[in-house]
Amino acid sequence: MTGSLKRILLGEQGLVVIFAIAFAVVSLTVPNFLTERNMLGLLQSVVTIGIVACTMMFCLASRDFDLSVGSIVAFSGMVAVMASNATGSIPLGLLIAVGFGTFVGFVNGVVIAKLKINALITTLATMQIVRGLALISSDGRAVGINDASFYQLALSKFLGVPTPIWVMGALFVVFGFVLNRTVFGRNTLAIGGNPEASRLAGVNVDWMRIWIFTLQGLVCAIAGILLASRITSGQPNAATGLELSVISACVLGGVSLAGGRAAITGVIVGVLILGIAENVMNLLNIQAFYQYVVRGLILLLAVLLDNLRSRSLGRR
Amino acid sequence: MTHFLEFSNISKGYPGVQALSDISFGIGKGRVHGLMGENGAGKSTLIKILSGDIRADEGEIRIDGVAQHFHSTRDAFTARVTVVHQELQLVPELTVAENLRLGHFPAKAGIISFRELVADVGSKLRDIGIDVDPRTKIAALSIGERQMIEIAKAVMLDARVIALDEPTSSLSSRESEILFKLIDRLREQGKVILYISHRLDEIFRLCDGCTVLRDGRLAAHHATMEGVTRDQIVSEMVGREISDIWGWRGRTIGDVRLEVAGLSGVRLPKPIRFEARSGEILGFFGLVGAGRSELMRLVYGADSRAAGSVSIDGRPVAASDPRQSIRAGLVLCPEDRKFDGIVQGRSVSDNIAISARRHFSPFGILNLGKEAELADGFIRSLRIRTPSRKQDIVNLSGGNQQKVILARWLAETDVKVLIVDEPTRGIDVGAKAEIYELLYSLAEKGLAIVVVSSELPEVMGISDRVAVMCGGSIAATFDRSDFNERAILAAALPDRSAAEPIQKVS
Repeated sequence: MTGSLKRILLGEQGLVVIFAIAFAVVSLTVPNFLTERNMLGLLQSVVTIGIVACTMMFCLASRDFDLSVGSIVAFSGMVAVMASNATGSIPLGLLIAVGFGTFVGFVNGVVIAKLKINALITTLATMQIVRGLALISSDGRAVGINDASFYQLALSKFLGVPTPIWVMGALFVVFGFVLNRTVFGRNTLAIGGNPEASRLAGVNVDWMRIWIFTLQGLVCAIAGILLASRITSGQPNAATGLELSVISACVLGGVSLAGGRAAITGVIVGVLILGIAENVMNLLNIQAFYQYVVRGLILLLAVLLDNLRSRSLGRR
Repeated sequence: MTHFLEFSNISKGYPGVQALSDISFGIGKGRVHGLMGENGAGKSTLIKILSGDIRADEGEIRIDGVAQHFHSTRDAFTARVTVVHQELQLVPELTVAENLRLGHFPAKAGIISFRELVADVGSKLRDIGIDVDPRTKIAALSIGERQMIEIAKAVMLDARVIALDEPTSSLSSRESEILFKLIDRLREQGKVILYISHRLDEIFRLCDGCTVLRDGRLAAHHATMEGVTRDQIVSEMVGREISDIWGWRGRTIGDVRLEVAGLSGVRLPKPIRFEARSGEILGFFGLVGAGRSELMRLVYGADSRAAGSVSIDGRPVAASDPRQSIRAGLVLCPEDRKFDGIVQGRSVSDNIAISARRHFSPFGILNLGKEAELADGFIRSLRIRTPSRKQDIVNLSGGNQQKVILARWLAETDVKVLIVDEPTRGIDVGAKAEIYELLYSLAEKGLAIVVVSSELPEVMGISDRVAVMCGGSIAATFDRSDFNERAILAAALPDRSAAEPIQKVS
């Protein structure tokens, strides 16, 4: 009995099972949870985490780490606002913001791959540098947008669903495809499984790592723009601690911190679990401070699950 | 005479290999005893049993007449048996004194008395005759000095039995001489020293007696070195017939395919030159540390070159990058399958297709059907034993992992030169024969094949020509018609004053 339970919980689909059960329980017990309005709100609330998790998945799967995502999200949101104000053109502003995020990611990648600096240290550094730049450029204050149509990025809807949710969905599809159906995805997982063996088998490991971090930067910029639009300004203090939520979501979704293992369905479920936990606590009027405790516990649980799963697979 | 340290009927088997069978010999107090044998003869297994690292299937070790039952290295420690390994176990950032008293510092209420520590360790070092300031950090010491400290550690723990595993492998001759003096002093103090080395001159310089292992059996035991000759020991180390599990067959050898000229790198400073021809199997033999794997990694571009060139069919292969080598038709199955070969956590199919998939993945999009077909094809043709192509490669046996890595290169479209480093290490006999057969059939197709092995019978059994490496360069080459175990082994031994005339590289 316990054996089969263990097999279900630690198996390939274990997380989906846990998620389904949790979702059913919450739907039945928490009032107002299973309503269209709440569902859309829930999805809106996980857009930033969800988008960034797409590429964080690649980062972790290749045995790397990116702590700078929160800072890049915040600063590229600000860049989008400031550049739109300066140029008077929102598309141009967005382009500059995306270019900026991509550039930071590229720098991360080059430092990590070519200068062989540990990813944790590198991104810890860029995280602080970029956050610092965000504060400096705005003198620590929020930056307002001149052209109100900027808000439409987050407010507009298609088929009754807000645009950011569509963007998140599209990115899930794209990166799911890249992970499962392309040489890029396979090489990412191979590097995570054994970087040296991959290199000797002809995988261009340095190039792969630079691309992974560059994509991470680009995706962070997209998340940053949508976030700035939703909070109607560029905030230098936005998205603090985002890196931890995103990594929690990925690990919860079965992405191994030891590299080599990742699945987009897992990541989606991981993101939703975090979203639901927060949403439910809001619906139940639990004080916001408790949410930190719960998030911490969920992270711990996620790592524990990862550990158990690895051990049951006979890997370390 | 009663022996202080006695091995009695020790046997140890691993799946597919009998590492040690029925080893019995003894060493008296105050004796330095040599332990000799080729790679794989069972020396390290015996040492691991002595250090409590592994347990013998049968037999026992007796010290001072008392049977010992080591379940862990801790038990050996308690019995005052110390093994000084090739990889030293000192903390580089701590001082000599701190290292020597690690775990039992002189302390009051948890506060270390450094003065007492330094004074105590200093006097002990002087007693043993080691001239090193106890306040020096280990990192500032030479390898030789570190070796001394490691031995001092054994002495300070009041070890009764000290085993030294190839202690001079990274020492200069001056440092070795200091080490020998230290060993002489330990002998006078009545310790039992088990001295493992490839170097015949050291054995004759130091040892009171020696034991030769061969294929896990006791080949010879000399209680004293009187009347024992170098030739005798070499014969005892080698002395076996080549049985014909190799199935070698003649081939037509064609033009030069691989040409290596003046190649050198950080770990192989002396330029190296060799070539391999179409249809030829070129064996590389050498003892551990001779530089064989380092050379192959340089040729393949896994490590960066300092100088020299590698050409395939007369065309130079650019710089230091495995990818370019693969594209030029030069591939390597690395020595260390676990760290350099298999991609853990990925399926058999993924491990096979990792390189070749670029030929059939338009715009980087996978052709999963083709990958499955490829994997299933190799699983069938190479008889890779796996439940399915989706199996995680870590769950396969060593032989089957090796076949997967070979399949990875066979899947490439145009391989011209195949380098296999230790193709059959840790592989059972049945799979070995299959791998040899595969190598022959590839050679018949016109590939040039370079096989590196530390097993002399294997090298001689399957190669058309053997290059012998010693001390980072090619010491000699032998054609199959001139194969002679003693001559090859003599060329591989660092000291070859007693060797037969050697055919020099042209």
